[in-house]
Amino acid sequence: MTPEPENLYAAREPIFPKRVKGTFRNLKWAIMAVTLGIYYLVPWLRWDRGPNLPDQAVLVDLAHRRFYFLWIEIWPHEFYFVAGLLIMAGLGLFLFTSALGRVWCGYTCPQTVWTDLFILVERWIEGDRNARIRLHRAKWSLRKGGLRLLKWTAWAVIGVATGGAWVFYFADAPTLANQFLTLSAPTVAWATVAVLTTTTVVLGGFMREQVCIYMCPWPRIQGAMMDDSTLTVAYRDWRGEPRGKARDETAGDCVDCNACVAVCPMGIDIRDGQQMECITCALCIDACDDIMGKLGRERGLIDYLALSDAPKEEAGAPPRAIWKHILRPRTILYSIIWTGFGIAMIYALFIRPEIEMTVAPIRNPTFVVLSDGAIRNTYELRLRNKHGEPRQFGVHVSGNPVLGLLIEGTANTTIEVPADATHKLRVYAVTPAGAEISTTDETPIRFWIEDLESGERASVNTVFNGRGDQ
Amino acid sequence: MDEPRVDELTGRETMGHEFDGIEELNTPMPRWWLWTFYLTIIWGVGYTIAFPAWPMISGATKGLLGYSTRGEVTADIAAHETANAELVADLNAVDLAGFDPQSDLHRYAVARGSSVFRAQCSQCHGSGAAGAVGYPNLLDNDWLWGGTLAEIDYSVRHGIRNETDFDARFSQMPAFGDILEESEIATLASFLPTLADADWDSAGGVLFTDNCTSCHGDTGQGDRSLGAPNLADAIWLYGGDVDSLTTSIAEARFGVMPAWGQRLSEEDIRAVATYVHSLGGGE
Repeated sequence: MTPEPENLYAAREPIFPKRVKGTFRNLKWAIMAVTLGIYYLVPWLRWDRGPNLPDQAVLVDLAHRRFYFLWIEIWPHEFYFVAGLLIMAGLGLFLFTSALGRVWCGYTCPQTVWTDLFILVERWIEGDRNARIRLHRAKWSLRKGGLRLLKWTAWAVIGVATGGAWVFYFADAPTLANQFLTLSAPTVAWATVAVLTTTTVVLGGFMREQVCIYMCPWPRIQGAMMDDSTLTVAYRDWRGEPRGKARDETAGDCVDCNACVAVCPMGIDIRDGQQMECITCALCIDACDDIMGKLGRERGLIDYLALSDAPKEEAGAPPRAIWKHILRPRTILYSIIWTGFGIAMIYALFIRPEIEMTVAPIRNPTFVVLSDGAIRNTYELRLRNKHGEPRQFGVHVSGNPVLGLLIEGTANTTIEVPADATHKLRVYAVTPAGAEISTTDETPIRFWIEDLESGERASVNTVFNGRGDQ
Repeated sequence: MDEPRVDELTGRETMGHEFDGIEELNTPMPRWWLWTFYLTIIWGVGYTIAFPAWPMISGATKGLLGYSTRGEVTADIAAHETANAELVADLNAVDLAGFDPQSDLHRYAVARGSSVFRAQCSQCHGSGAAGAVGYPNLLDNDWLWGGTLAEIDYSVRHGIRNETDFDARFSQMPAFGDILEESEIATLASFLPTLADADWDSAGGVLFTDNCTSCHGDTGQGDRSLGAPNLADAIWLYGGDVDSLTTSIAEARFGVMPAWGQRLSEEDIRAVATYVHSLGGGE
């Protein structure tokens, strides 16, 4: 007899996490306050960059292709700094995952933080776990409809506030806020707020743990990066089993109160062992510690624990010290690479010039013969001025004493480059007929520019094409 | 097919495969995933109704929204033209003789002229404007008819030696093959490259003075009012070797350029003239 095939699709089991108090819950509240605070306040920080540049401390200016972060200004060609930051973020996650498992998921992931916030609002409006379960099972009534409407409205307000804060990173925050208030904001700003409001409400209010279980790739990657020495949230089954009544002398410490299950935002039972769904938010630790405290038993039946310590503890030996779990060759290696990237980026940031130049020799044609037989090469120069005010650049060419320099459209070789801009020039290098450089196939030359105010220089090597064998 | 194996620990069926002892449970998909899948199908069908999609015998269904890429391009071009309307009006009004090369309008004219040049002029003058034998190089400082912006504008507008524009620049060199002896032409052809420091008493010098100076000037410096090239400089439009020069003298040359005033808009003419003027030879 073949068993009935299991259903191919399963509906979501609703989860009603119970309120919990304790160390890790407090830590999570603190982290929520800090992360949300950063998220909402940073766009309002001001940073004076002079009259020509925006005064927002953190601004992604897509229209002008600039990224401002405090005193740092990133141009599109310096996007590798952002790539470097992403690499550092990746390595940072490797480091934390190998030491502490899915600590990112449990404490700082926006999905976790916002879901936590949504659950908090849900509890204020609908009550704690049991009240919510009753409400869930109750038939639709005026009271249920009213509570649901209130909850969804509150969520929507959070959603609007979330999407609304996001767009402030991409435009001058006070200006845009004013535009929102006067209903004159650009369509793209409204659309972004609308999309992010929807995603916030759907992901934080309704999808919740489904995002972590089915949508996010990171848990799978993290699952592969944990090892036996990684500290994760686990149940000391050798101490807890067999479960039984508190009065039962033969039973273990676990009284099977299900407090750990009731508080779990992922809807799992941690006593079944480390599992895919667990985001290591540690709320079950708080819940269990609370019960153990009431029973007068030692805390830590559920605790941060490494797999490699389980046999030691079972044999009665103490576990390895926490610092030994955290400081391992693997985590040290990650730290070294992470620091290396950090130092390299800071170094690159400090040696970054304020003025730059690119030179593109025009190769169609490679040279032009003038009526007196002189040879002229044409170059397209782009002068980049990263200063917040216009600067005078002296343009020079060197490599051969007979080289003459001309700039199209002006008799000067001193060029004003506007603030925070790239200025394109068509530049000619001319050599007289018969000069050696005019008859040589190729001669290396160098263009260089000098900021007349700061004296800073930049140079680019290129070649001068002569007539060759002609 | 084998019986599905049931995992002892969970009581769940497995997928039947196993890697190094690791098996995969046959976990049901979430129901919302199925809804999402249906939603994409509905979206897909709706998309084919809203946008051009279904192939018919000739063409495809137009779609309810009436979208087409061609229409989008047309709209884009119209939007650009609207956005540039002010610049175009300014360009059409600007006095070319006093056109400030540092102005934004000049930058616009050069950019616009560059695309006009690629489309209309590069066939003869080359995409880099370096010309070819018989087609003047527009980068150098040697001009047959004048290199100021106004003169270039005139050449572009009316063209050279064409029959469609009565104001076209026009001149014609006689074919000296009918006038001079072959040996005289040969003498002239070998004299021409020495013009820069010529011996005017030589046979070539005498021939030149007798036959060529009325157009090309006493010292071969050319005459822009006639489009007569400067023969004393380093640039030869049809080649400076004796063979090419012999052909040029004997058969004469007659370079023709269309009158672009009849084909291009006013702003395109002004733009392309500004572009050519900005290539390095502009006077």
